[in-house]
Amino acid sequence: MWLSVVPCGPVGRGLKDSTVASLRNLTKTLLLGELLSGLGLTFKYMWKPKFTVHYPEEKTPQSVRYRGLHALRRYPNGEERCIACKLCEAVCPALAITIESDVSKDGTRRTTRYDIDLFKCIYCGFCEEACPVDAIVETRIHEYHMENRGENIMTKDKLLAVGDRFQAMITADKTADAPYR
Amino acid sequence: MATLLNYWMQLPTEIQSLILMVLEIIGVMLAVVVLVALMTYAERKVIGFIQARHGPNQIRIFGLPFLKGVAQPFADVIKLLLKEVIVPTKSDKVLFLVAPLLALVPALSTWAVVPFSPSFVLANIDAGLLFVLALTSLGVYGIILAGWAANSKYALLGAMRSAAQIVAYEIAMGFALVGVLMAAGSLNLSAIVESQSGGVSHWYWLWLFPLMVIYFISGIAETNRAPFDVAEGESEIVAGFHVEYSGATFATLFALPEYANMILVATLAALMFLGGWLSPLQGVLPSSAAFAQPSFIWLALKVALFLFCFLWFRATFPRYRYDQIMRLGWKVFIPLTIVWIGVECGLAWFHVGPWAVG
Repeated sequence: MWLSVVPCGPVGRGLKDSTVASLRNLTKTLLLGELLSGLGLTFKYMWKPKFTVHYPEEKTPQSVRYRGLHALRRYPNGEERCIACKLCEAVCPALAITIESDVSKDGTRRTTRYDIDLFKCIYCGFCEEACPVDAIVETRIHEYHMENRGENIMTKDKLLAVGDRFQAMITADKTADAPYR
Repeated sequence: MATLLNYWMQLPTEIQSLILMVLEIIGVMLAVVVLVALMTYAERKVIGFIQARHGPNQIRIFGLPFLKGVAQPFADVIKLLLKEVIVPTKSDKVLFLVAPLLALVPALSTWAVVPFSPSFVLANIDAGLLFVLALTSLGVYGIILAGWAANSKYALLGAMRSAAQIVAYEIAMGFALVGVLMAAGSLNLSAIVESQSGGVSHWYWLWLFPLMVIYFISGIAETNRAPFDVAEGESEIVAGFHVEYSGATFATLFALPEYANMILVATLAALMFLGGWLSPLQGVLPSSAAFAQPSFIWLALKVALFLFCFLWFRATFPRYRYDQIMRLGWKVFIPLTIVWIGVECGLAWFHVGPWAVG
């Protein structure tokens, strides 16, 4: 509070002391000392270097463990890794994963439906941790968007497409992180 | 072109001067509006820099590779003008739409009496200072009506706060200007500037320093700027008087008058305390030197200085509590100005300083 004329000395002091103190206080506030020192500080800060990262042009480094958009991986021979064990569905704390399974033509157990609702997903990475065959992974892709209702559901086809398209990147990231798992 | 000139010559001189006058008015108004746009850009940039960030730095004029961000205010204006104007169902629709104009018109018409250079002033009237005071007080009607017509409790609270605040600071401001009047002996703004000629030490900031500080702080309070912007205190009353406004009405109610008034307060402060268009090198250099001549450039520089202070204060000080604002206006500024006017009377009586009276 500035320009205070209320005597500031504690009760019990002599009249003279409190008068002197209040006069000193008054002069101090009238000369706007506190305000000027504040202005000086902000003026100094105006010339400080800025540490803004200009996002679309500049990007901060990303960890190989970044948990972004999901992907389903394949083995090098093109076979799907996912064996429909539904551990990811069970572990998912947000209930974002829905899986239906059946026996495929070659007699193996495969998913007929593998949906991840990106609106429900909290990107915790538990599905990836739970997966015994490293089929579902979270990639470092974080710049994506939806334009229509329903696009938030990542179907099996979309997940496999992501996995195929960024196969090299995913493999590199998982290899780099493997020693720590 | 020749026929146009011919036609122009055939017009009666009254019509000619009328047309010239209208062109001058349009020129000044356009200049003010463009300056307001640039001011919003400067504000975001200066405050950004003080907060160690960059501020707007993307939108360029016609995609030119330099001056990044300068086109930001123009993009904002286009966006605001294209947006839907929402009129609340239970509002007073006529007043709701008239209020922005009532705020805008005084803010722009005050510029009529401002002398930009020794030769250029739209209306060089004798009671210029009174005209300024009267019109700046009228601006509060726009704010009060906007708050009232919106039929929203937050808008009404904002309008009430704004009204009380402007009334309180108007008095301190008026008293500060009385000091200038006593020194200059005239209400005409050109005459006030003329009376300060003779170099930096002849400007009134030296003898009227407390009044200049009080005038400027009152000006900040009058224009509802931080740290006195309780009329739009986001933390308590959402956005205050303009909470229900959108689109073009928001631009004309809030942005334009506020910034036009800011520039006006800065201009008046420059005219009355920093010698307006007089050169600061007058008396230092020989009187024939180019830099010693009175010029619009000097006024622009001084106005820029005060405008920077507006932004600087906004970036530095936290918002005052409402009762503190009232206390500052009524119990501190008014007594202080009266004391300084008394001091001025004493000085004038003993012929110390540059006073016109005494």
